Amino acid sequence: MSEGAKVETVDSGRRHFLVVATTVTGVAGAALTAVPFLASWKPSARAQALGAPVEADISKIEPGAMIKVNWRGQAIYIVHRTPEMRAELTKPELTSRLRDPESKESDQPKYAQNATRALNPEFLVLIGVCTHLGCAPLNRFQPADPELGADWPGGFYCPCHGSRFDLAGRVFKDVPAPLNLKVPPYRFINEGLVQIGVDAEVT
Amino acid sequence: MSATLPTSPQPGERTRLGALADWIDARFPMTRLWKEHASEYYAPKNFNFWYYFGVIASVVLVLQIVTGIFLTMNYKPSATDAFASVEYIMRDVPWGWLIRYMHSTGASAFFIVIYLHMFRGLMYGSFKNPRELVWIFGMLIYLCLMAEAFFGYLLPWGNMSYWGAQVIVSLFGAIPGIGESLVEWIRGDYYISDITLNRFFALHVVALPIALIFLVIAHILALHEVGSNNPDGVEIKKVKGPDGHPVDGIPFHPYYTVHDTVAVVVFFAIFAAVMFFAPTMGGYFLEHANFEPADPLRTPEEIAPVWYFTPFYAILRAVPNKLLGVVLMGIAVLAFFFVPWLDRSRVKSIRYRGWLYRGFLIAFAISFVALGYLGLHKATPAYTNAARVFAVVYFAFFVLMPWYTKADQTKPVPERVTYHAH
Repeated sequence: MSEGAKVETVDSGRRHFLVVATTVTGVAGAALTAVPFLASWKPSARAQALGAPVEADISKIEPGAMIKVNWRGQAIYIVHRTPEMRAELTKPELTSRLRDPESKESDQPKYAQNATRALNPEFLVLIGVCTHLGCAPLNRFQPADPELGADWPGGFYCPCHGSRFDLAGRVFKDVPAPLNLKVPPYRFINEGLVQIGVDAEVT
Repeated sequence: MSATLPTSPQPGERTRLGALADWIDARFPMTRLWKEHASEYYAPKNFNFWYYFGVIASVVLVLQIVTGIFLTMNYKPSATDAFASVEYIMRDVPWGWLIRYMHSTGASAFFIVIYLHMFRGLMYGSFKNPRELVWIFGMLIYLCLMAEAFFGYLLPWGNMSYWGAQVIVSLFGAIPGIGESLVEWIRGDYYISDITLNRFFALHVVALPIALIFLVIAHILALHEVGSNNPDGVEIKKVKGPDGHPVDGIPFHPYYTVHDTVAVVVFFAIFAAVMFFAPTMGGYFLEHANFEPADPLRTPEEIAPVWYFTPFYAILRAVPNKLLGVVLMGIAVLAFFFVPWLDRSRVKSIRYRGWLYRGFLIAFAISFVALGYLGLHKATPAYTNAARVFAVVYFAFFVLMPWYTKADQTKPVPERVTYHAH
């Protein structure tokens, strides 16, 4: 039988196998090729280096006042709480109005998961980014602020969507923010110097 | 044309221009494309006012692309230079202010035109069989446009740009589990930074415009495949003359090209008036807080997105739960995709539908505008409650659609379009 006389038939099983094999290999190759492009969107080495820890001098903050330091482009709020402010934090009239008074669902280092959400109850360290949509909450430390009502105990108020937080950054009920303000990792280098971005060693 | 040629052609003789056309047609379907999409594309003869907005939208797209190209020639996409480079365009580049105001006014104009275009579709049932894909491509264009507007709004690096981007990027943080790392991936940093600005610039000037152009082509190809709907919702292809063309159709060129030119001229007159006399539109087209540079440590007193996003923003704010708010806002946009299958009515046009659909459509339009208004203002308790009511009406339009479109008392649809010659 000569070559030309061969009956041309399609081996559809073989064709199907080749189509599937080529497609699967092609898709896998395309997916692998996508990895470098997608990964290039992650924070670069420079961005990571610029996210290094920062130090803040807290010895000069007046009681009842607040300073802001910049860490990773976020405002870190450091509040020097007065004894009256600290006394307010554990009152049941306040804690009953909070969504997560014991900070069970919220994000903070272990050493800040306590009644004052701080290493040292005198100094509150928070990330000043609303847990709703990332605005910067304003300090409204004066109780019974005219804009916030007679029952306002003092705390933070987010101007964007009206979320409210107490003087430990704990969120009130019935506001859009779901969780308490975050506490960044921090430690005291000495009594007057705090370092943001490094966890405290707690024994 | 004959004036440009040395002698008028004799019958049967090809002109040189004709010979050139033949030469091209043997190599590229120039004449065929022209006929299919213009000189022999038969559009219903009863188009009304509402049918101007498709053409105007494509004119605005061209305007945005051209002005955008010229803006990139002087704009610098970096956190240190961006704000100053926009001021440089406004003050030092000859006519730079005009080009930028064309682009910024064009953005708002685009949304006005697109919203009217979409409303037209809802009124006359232009999304219904066989135009589902025309509608879906249109919705994809709308999504692309929203992304384009959002990325573009960060570029001037004003304080409202900055915090608006911060709020919208944070929306993705609501997704359980991967939210936080997703947000970090989008930003490419731990906050909205130079890195974010640079990539948003790339998306705004390269990636999305390409997607947008392809989608517009797909939108028009799908439309020309099935033919245009009209205010009567009658398929003109059902009644054809001896020449094989729809009796109620007229060639797009020259009839609608001339007709639409008038509309485009009127549109440009209004556009120019806004651009020259009220380019910021009292803070609605360009927000006041954006006239100061971005400051990552200071939120503007009140963050409101530009007006075209505020209906969805009002829905987001009205929900006291973060994840649910984000989900409902997403559904509010995506719900439009399902309209072709939610609508169970046998008639297309509002002219032959009953008062149920008309009532729901009017209530929906009012809610959309009201939510837009509420989203521009501070969320006082009274406004939040109002937003909740309007959000319910907004969603009712979609959720109840299978019911009310079926229960509606429709009128008989005529065989041919209703048309009164002037």
